[in-house]
Amino acid sequence: MSVLVLAEREGKQLKPSTYQAVTAAAAWQLPIDLLVYGDDVEAVAAEAKQLAGVCRVLTAQAGHLLHPLVEDVQELVLSIAKQYTHILSAHSVLGKSVVPGIAARLDIAPITDVIEIKAPSTYVRPGYAGNILSTIKNHEPVQIITVRATAFRASNRGGDAEIFTIDVPPAREISQWISEQLTHSERPELNSARVVIAGGRSLGEEFNALLDPIAVQLDAAIGATRACVDAGFAANDLQVGQTGTIIAPELYIAVGISGAMQHLAGIKDSKIIVAINHDPDAPIFKHADYGLVADLFTVLPELNSALQQS
Amino acid sequence: MKVLIAVKHAIDYNVKPNIHTETGQVELAQVKKAINPFDEISLEEAVRLKERGQVSEIIAVSIGGAEAKDSLRHAYALGADRALLIETDAQLQPLAVAKLLKAIVAREQPQLIFLGKQAVGEDYGQTGQMLAALLGVGVGTFASTIQLNDDHVVVTREVDKGTQTLSVKLPAVVTSDLRLNEPRFIKLPNLMMAKKKAIETIAVSELDVDLVPRFSVISSREPQQKPGAIQLANVQELVAKLRQAEVLQ
Ligand SMILES: Cc1cc2nc3c(=O)[nH]c(=O)nc-3n(C[C@H](O)[C@H](O)[C@H](O)COP(=O)(O)OP(=O)(O)OC[C@H]3O[C@@H](n4cnc5c(N)ncnc54)[C@H](O)[C@@H]3O)c2cc1C
Repeated sequence: MSVLVLAEREGKQLKPSTYQAVTAAAAWQLPIDLLVYGDDVEAVAAEAKQLAGVCRVLTAQAGHLLHPLVEDVQELVLSIAKQYTHILSAHSVLGKSVVPGIAARLDIAPITDVIEIKAPSTYVRPGYAGNILSTIKNHEPVQIITVRATAFRASNRGGDAEIFTIDVPPAREISQWISEQLTHSERPELNSARVVIAGGRSLGEEFNALLDPIAVQLDAAIGATRACVDAGFAANDLQVGQTGTIIAPELYIAVGISGAMQHLAGIKDSKIIVAINHDPDAPIFKHADYGLVADLFTVLPELNSALQQS
Repeated sequence: MKVLIAVKHAIDYNVKPNIHTETGQVELAQVKKAINPFDEISLEEAVRLKERGQVSEIIAVSIGGAEAKDSLRHAYALGADRALLIETDAQLQPLAVAKLLKAIVAREQPQLIFLGKQAVGEDYGQTGQMLAALLGVGVGTFASTIQLNDDHVVVTREVDKGTQTLSVKLPAVVTSDLRLNEPRFIKLPNLMMAKKKAIETIAVSELDVDLVPRFSVISSREPQQKPGAIQLANVQELVAKLRQAEVLQ
């Protein structure tokens, strides 16, 4: 019995979620192989071999894996899947897209968005927009799961795994990568930042002007509600919530956010939640640790100067 | 070109379900249900494609009990041409749903198949990807814009730090994200007309799919709630608290 973890990279580095996925996989107490793929995997493999708990790093290198397509990653994993009793990936955009299909091709039901591995085939996962946590017993002979990375700590370095090269099946050529429009931000990434400050639609056109200076001082990532994104005040990839990014920072500051169920689903695991809202009955206060009933247009500049002074 | 839309009669997205004190399971019997919002978005997209003359027929298919006809009527009111119900009261899990849909795809031969990126409720988010894999066709997940062409569909999808654009050969599966469009408001006459339209029902036995659950939900609970916010008087108090909690460097 052994585990296959699917790594994800960004450029020449592993994504933080891969470190968290390895921690999750360790719960099974079985040997772990980490699959690293791309057009040039040397640097990533050198990083991957240091992950504590990894037995072997499998590298798959091919030009068509530069921008990995769902069908090609599935083919790659399926080419070695028979050797594994457990397959795990982070519940990332790529993981969510790829893993269910791998499972279906093996006629296995996957369990997605796992936040806790309680026993070898028993998992906890949220449903109903994070309002319910369900314990699931999976009866399948092969366990295939995706894990919510923020629910697991990152594994340490200090390992020294062996690196093996594996053959890459030819490209399926069903789909084709055309382009990517990535936003480049000075801010840390939403899903791994220690501090996140987010705004609702009431910030309007002043969204950036109000939040940026505070975010810089707190080294915080910036988030937004769906209403704010839909109104065009913030970029799509800043959306936090059930259908945006799910975060678990040390500190979450919600500014002018009502606290809709779908938004709360994305912030529930934050350690400390601060809510700033001028409506004392805003639902967000029921889910916050600290509340400040005030007008955000006066509070944000004040907070900015208070932070500057201290 | 035919388009198939999978429609789930799901728990209303505004409803927070309760947990039955004795069984420890989510209580769904009396809960208000409606068409899964992501499926409504898929329908709207298909209707727009039809209005542009790119699509000839929109088929909506739902799987579930007779109550699912409500969501299929909603699909008719939005502009579906034909509605099918695979009628079953069995407990359905994503893999079985994907297999049932595969059987319908074999029958109807649509070129484009829309599913929601997830269904409100269990939030599994698996079915579209599984259907594509079982069919051996491509999939564009989390679509926020699509452009349909003769033999491929261009899908712009939301990824971690922006968007990615792919071209997927037809037939293809697309899973709709919230930003794909904003569904139109349904007019009352359309709703009345939808009530009169026929819904074809198909028995699961005709499709030869094994529905045996692969996993069981042992128990459910609500996540731990915070006791409620400590109200602060001003910004100075806020900064002091954050310092105390050691979240400020
Ligand atoms: C299927 C589905 C999925 C969804 N997914 C998400 C998701 O992932 N993320 C998400 O965020 N939403 C999501 N939503 C939308 C969600 O239901 C809410 O509509 C949204 O979160 C509300 O955003 P908001 O708090 O900015 O706006 P509102 O609800 O309009 O709240 C504005 C708040 O600002 C306060 N305010 C106004 N002016 C001031 C001021 N001057 N000073 C201080 N406070 C002020 C008000 O008191 C109010 O509480 C989803 C909805 C659906 C149906």
